Amino acid sequence: MSKIIAKDLNLWYGAFHALKHIHLDFDERRITAIIGPSGCGKSTLLRVFNRMNDLVEGVRMKGEVLIDDKSILDGGFNDLVKLRKKVGMVFQRPNPFPLSVYENVIFGLKVHHLAKKNDFDAIVQESLESVLLWNDLKDKLRKNALGLSLEQKQRLCIARTIAVKPDIVLMDEPCSALDPQATLKIEELMQRLKKEYTIVIVTHNMQQAARVSDDTGFMLLGELIEFGKTVEIFTAPKDKRTEDYITGRYG
Amino acid sequence: MKLRQIKEFIIEKLIFLSGILSILFVVLIFTFLLKEGFLFFKEISIKTFITGKYWYPISDPEQFGILPLILGSLIVTLGAIIVSVPLSIACAFYISEVAQGRIKDILKAGIEMLAAIPSVVLGFIGMTTLVPFLKNVFNLPTGLTALSGSIMLGLMAMPTIITISEDAINAVPKSYKEGALALGATRWQAMYRVIIHAALPGIIAASMLGIGRVIGETMAVMMITGNAAVIPTTFLQPVRTLTATIAAEMGETVHGSMHYYSLFAIGIILFVITFIINVTADMFLHRNKK
Repeated sequence: MSKIIAKDLNLWYGAFHALKHIHLDFDERRITAIIGPSGCGKSTLLRVFNRMNDLVEGVRMKGEVLIDDKSILDGGFNDLVKLRKKVGMVFQRPNPFPLSVYENVIFGLKVHHLAKKNDFDAIVQESLESVLLWNDLKDKLRKNALGLSLEQKQRLCIARTIAVKPDIVLMDEPCSALDPQATLKIEELMQRLKKEYTIVIVTHNMQQAARVSDDTGFMLLGELIEFGKTVEIFTAPKDKRTEDYITGRYG
Repeated sequence: MKLRQIKEFIIEKLIFLSGILSILFVVLIFTFLLKEGFLFFKEISIKTFITGKYWYPISDPEQFGILPLILGSLIVTLGAIIVSVPLSIACAFYISEVAQGRIKDILKAGIEMLAAIPSVVLGFIGMTTLVPFLKNVFNLPTGLTALSGSIMLGLMAMPTIITISEDAINAVPKSYKEGALALGATRWQAMYRVIIHAALPGIIAASMLGIGRVIGETMAVMMITGNAAVIPTTFLQPVRTLTATIAAEMGETVHGSMHYYSLFAIGIILFVITFIINVTADMFLHRNKK
């Protein structure tokens, strides 16, 4: 079933046309990877889905983006809080808050008034278990999250995101700050999360896209050149530019 | 070749001298204070000096108790903290997180202007506007009260607190804010649940430095607090501060008398208080950097 649909999506930063006539259709409970060279607009596209681009001054969007068949770009749409509860995001550099592990996980719950205080403990345990952090951190819940290792921080950020039970998890190069082993572990985690969440991941690492994703989209200079099953994109790309990129002849 | 080396040597030493000079001045001032104050403490113990309730330096017998002056300084300072700290923190947040473009520039310039107003002018303005106003509002015999001093001193401390707090808030990584917003927090929630935690050491240090300025301030307090050396019980009565005592009495005292030395002793107490505050502020600033 379609989860995210974009029709003729255009985005400008001031005069710079960053996304050009993008049409896409992402299915639910799959991992969709967006690949492409630096500056092609893949992060920008990701940040359309939770409207994080709104923070950038001078940004302008045109076209239509539907999540669960509801438009999120409409003039009338302004409930960013609800949108961002539904569409979580994990950033390139792990960015836990300078609070305790516990406070990090329940941050979203507090913000959205999702649960009673009595339920916090259970939700913290559940969220940390699903990112496989519980055993490591169950005695360190009151410790400051800034003291964790990079991989633990990133896992914590994922736990924090899924604690509010989003539908979609956006990941903006979630492993680029991690070493190969930690990367592999995060990728395993993504496979587990796929059962419950729709995941969209931006990566410049083609091997990663090939390993983890079900569908892949290739972007170049603000255009979505090709989109399809990951196997097909990597074995039989239809567009010459996609082929050049994945065989390493481009950029 | 030789000449160049000599030149290097001289310049190096000159720079060293300018660097060491500031420390030298502090040491000199402190020894001078200690020397003059020591003569006083030979006669009267520190304990009776600090806990004595009466300041009658020229009566017979003379009494040197600075408790009312210490409490006067403290109550004015406390009031100034209540006035300035919340307002300044809010203002710093507004400037760094909310205000944009023109408004931001105008606000920053305005705050620099506030810092540039000489304290005697602020005291003068307080005397002619705030003092009669408070007198009418609270129906007091005089408007020269601790409250008027607190308000004017609060104004004086604000630029310091705002600028340093704003730096601390700006130094908070943008990723914290992004993370909070991406979780669906509103701008306000991001500020008070995340950003303020990260900026707290800097904000505390800013407040301490502001307070340091308030305690040391003399001219404005002398003009608008009434200068009555009694132990204050409310904000609505005249008080006298440590600083105002030194400034007001130094000109009238006989050089070399007990009264004269007692003023130096007050100076030592004041020095110790501001020193403690500055060191505490410094500790917070450094903790922030780690």
